[in-house]
Amino acid sequence: MFSPVLVLATLAVGLVPVAAELATARWPRRSPAAAIMLWQAMGLGWGVAAIGTLAALGADPVGPGVAGGALAVLDKALRNVASEVRPPGLLAAMRLLCLGASAALFALLCWVLLASAGAVLRARRRHRTLLSLLAHGDPKVPGALVVDYPAAAAYCVPGLRSRIVISAGTLDLLDQAELAAVLAHERAHLRERHDLVLLPFTALARAFPWSVLVQRSYASVALLVEMLADDHAARRRPARELVTALIRVGAAGSPGTPAGTLAISDEDAAMGDSGVTARVERLLTPSPGLSVPARVLVCGVAAALVVVPAALLVMPL
Amino acid sequence: MDVLWESQTQLTVRQVGGKLTDRDLAHTTVMTVLDRLAKKGFARRERDGRAWLYRAAASREAYVTELMLFALDQAGDRSAALASFARRVSGSEARVLRRALEIGGEPAGS
Repeated sequence: MFSPVLVLATLAVGLVPVAAELATARWPRRSPAAAIMLWQAMGLGWGVAAIGTLAALGADPVGPGVAGGALAVLDKALRNVASEVRPPGLLAAMRLLCLGASAALFALLCWVLLASAGAVLRARRRHRTLLSLLAHGDPKVPGALVVDYPAAAAYCVPGLRSRIVISAGTLDLLDQAELAAVLAHERAHLRERHDLVLLPFTALARAFPWSVLVQRSYASVALLVEMLADDHAARRRPARELVTALIRVGAAGSPGTPAGTLAISDEDAAMGDSGVTARVERLLTPSPGLSVPARVLVCGVAAALVVVPAALLVMPL
Repeated sequence: MDVLWESQTQLTVRQVGGKLTDRDLAHTTVMTVLDRLAKKGFARRERDGRAWLYRAAASREAYVTELMLFALDQAGDRSAALASFARRVSGSEARVLRRALEIGGEPAGS
């Protein structure tokens, strides 16, 4: 017999090993854009499926679909309370419990996202205010702000009033062509609003710091976003400029340690994979992007991951 | 703000305006700007008779440090607000990368 509970539960549980697999797969590096879309669909699909599983467990199987069944249970419970006929039976209590858990999960995910977005916006506003007091322009990096600081730093502050910031240390470190590559990379981030792509994953990573899978998913998407911006920059400028810029900035170290100082192995382990090596590798030896059929397949799977659980929830079956 | 950072002593609105000689600013404009800086916590002020005396709340260097420490923080939590160009690589990773670059072809401009 076809059961929405079974399908939703299978999706919610099945997506976990799929995410673990995707986090270590190599093919996403060939088509970062398609892979990022798949990650987003998996995140959204998992959320809908998990909320839906609990809702479907609590829903009255006689009701039309999961949504209809859930409303039927709530309606009955409300009428029982209003008329004070008798205490709800065990089955009704279990159903209400499942519906409550479903609503709680929905609220939790929404709250996590909003809290993270709020924190990010506050941090950016403070940062922009400080930049307006401290930073100045420089003809070497048109359109970017320069902060007089010896360490190498190059980043952008996304948002409606976006900024690209380069430290004075970076200006000394890189030549003109490398600086142009850095600017092209950062402009790609800003133009395509990669920060919004990353926000849900950042929010989950903040909310579930103990979950290895969530942390790895976040790291994967963050790396793919960097690769996407690398590709944009490499289309406008020779890839080599970007590569040397990446290595110089990445290896520059903190202001206290001169460039090239050997880090002790403990620190190596603590820092984990910076992703810079992977980015350099694929810039130096570019592999062809995914074929058109493969890309269509990825898009199809991504669409199905969102549409199927959502449809199961609202459609009367 | 630069005027306040450079000054050793507290300044009145008129003194700040006097030091901004390169720009012809109205007294009220300077007053408004200083008022805003004080409200945002970048400047401290105290009453001296009918005038306010302003000074910077913290040194320029302190703010630069705050800004850059935030930008260079790689914990992934605070850096979510920004998008860094490259994370810092470890010493061994840097050695491997440098070697790859030497084999990969001609060195770039510098």
